[in-house]
Amino acid sequence: MIPLQLDLLTTHYNYYAVVLLLGIGLYMLVESANLVKKVIGMNVFQTGIFLFFITLAYRTGGNPPVITDGGGPYVSPLPHVLILTAIVVGVSLTAVALALIVRIYAEYGTLDEDTLEQLYYD
Amino acid sequence: MIEHLPVLLVVLPIVGGTVPLVASLFTDRAGWPVATLTVFVHAVLAGLLGWTVWTEGVVSYAVGGFAAPYGIELVVDGLSASVVVLVGVVALGVLAYARHAGPHSNAFYSQYLLLVTGLTGMTVTGDVFNLYVFLEITGLAAYGLVASGREASSAVAALKYLIIGTVGASLYLLGVGYALAATGTLNMTDLADKLAAVGYDSTLVLTAFGLMVGGLTVKVALFPLHTWQPDAYANAPDSVSAFISALVSTVSAYALARLLFSVFTVEFLEAVPGARWALLTLASVSIVAGSALAVSQNSVQRMLAYSSVSQFGLVIAGFTVATPIAVVGATVHLLGHAVMKGGLFAASGVIERETGATTVGGYAGMAARAPVAAGSFAVLALAMVGVPPAVGFVGKWYIVVGAVEAGVWPVVAVLLASTLLTLAYFARLVERLYFAEPTIREEAAVADGGASVSTGMIAVVVVAAVLAVALTAAVPALEQVLEQTLPPLLNQ
Repeated sequence: MIPLQLDLLTTHYNYYAVVLLLGIGLYMLVESANLVKKVIGMNVFQTGIFLFFITLAYRTGGNPPVITDGGGPYVSPLPHVLILTAIVVGVSLTAVALALIVRIYAEYGTLDEDTLEQLYYD
Repeated sequence: MIEHLPVLLVVLPIVGGTVPLVASLFTDRAGWPVATLTVFVHAVLAGLLGWTVWTEGVVSYAVGGFAAPYGIELVVDGLSASVVVLVGVVALGVLAYARHAGPHSNAFYSQYLLLVTGLTGMTVTGDVFNLYVFLEITGLAAYGLVASGREASSAVAALKYLIIGTVGASLYLLGVGYALAATGTLNMTDLADKLAAVGYDSTLVLTAFGLMVGGLTVKVALFPLHTWQPDAYANAPDSVSAFISALVSTVSAYALARLLFSVFTVEFLEAVPGARWALLTLASVSIVAGSALAVSQNSVQRMLAYSSVSQFGLVIAGFTVATPIAVVGATVHLLGHAVMKGGLFAASGVIERETGATTVGGYAGMAARAPVAAGSFAVLALAMVGVPPAVGFVGKWYIVVGAVEAGVWPVVAVLLASTLLTLAYFARLVERLYFAEPTIREEAAVADGGASVSTGMIAVVVVAAVLAVALTAAVPALEQVLEQTLPPLLNQ
């Protein structure tokens, strides 16, 4: 069993990074009282997903997916393209979120969630 | 041109959506006419597509000429055709309301058309990643529309909606990743075959199911993932509340059904009873908790929002039971709820403008001051409770019959109780409207409100109330459309 686990540890480090990024992102998103940090957490969370897709595409010894004379196993280009789209979506979401935060700050003068909650329900 | 209909339905509003922004260089009132023209053509094309599906069966379209499963495929069957027609009709109706109620800016109408694009795209697509992209387009447009309210609280509600909605969509995307890892394909039909080949007990497949369905339930706003919804509905401008309450959750629920039937298929639900029971439990809890929260609300719009949590529990329960009659019932209730809830939000907007009343207490005696809006509100509320012959009754009846057929007795009990629970919050309000002494003085209301009501706004509310009853007559036609669609979906 031990060699197998070692094997897992050494070959799957990308997935550890994915889990770490997802966890940190989600924690920031839930726990941080600062609205900007929440948005940063959202970005970290999404980055975890991007890394997950890119890791899926990887193939040991694979060539870039441009068909040349070399031939042979290629890495899958599909997840790359998907993530290119997802990154664009992520950037738009961040832009909208920050625009909303600017408006909230202009109106309430705070970015702190708890203070905002008090002002919001008054 | 006919064969390009599915893609035209998506392209038309997105191109139309850029026009008001460009027109801002010359005039700031171009938004409404452009949006109306675009949505009108959109609705006509949607009707045409519905007709084609009815007469000729499933329409499928390969975007850019790349054949499925490599390219993106758009598939329209009876189920998606009825949702597309709903999107077209409701979008047109809300525009009639927004003509006077506003917001009037060009940017608002650009976002409006963008939302129509997203909703249509989610409905016609046959590709799970494409669904994610349209889910996010719908989301982005909806966040912007919620924030278009005058008060700053609308920005807070929109940010909350954005953060929770993004987590939901991201979980869905993660689920797509697992499905892709298991099968290497994104096309829904292709996925159905390959997921079966991988085996339904595979961890990858089960995780994909959990993440994709979990992500979508956030967008549908099932309890306990509904927390974004009451704030968003209550703080958005009335036109926006009517529009998103009628369509955004509806189309997400449709997407969930599409995922259940076209991607994971009924065999998956049979092979993994745990998944089915998890979803049925979530739906049942949503029905009860949504109603309980609705009863305890003081603000009418928040009450209507929690009512949606409960009603979508009903719809999802119907889809998960997955007998043909339950699915017909869930579809009828999905479409009926859209008309009724949109109408209720529009009516509450009119009542607020005419009398200044926004709370359950404030509604007391307002039937005398806003007779038409209050009458429509009462009709819509009773239709939602499920008083025959309204469409709310037919949907619930079919879902219950389906659940009895499937023998899921705990769900049957919740479904029957749900009618009583719905009555609990709506009867209270209707009773106040008609039989209580006013608590708001007339002068106070005039000085306080002062916002006028147009014929268009009243017309929308009345038409919604009439449709809530008249749609019952359209149920047999819908059944006919679904009769061609459902057997292959449910493998019968």
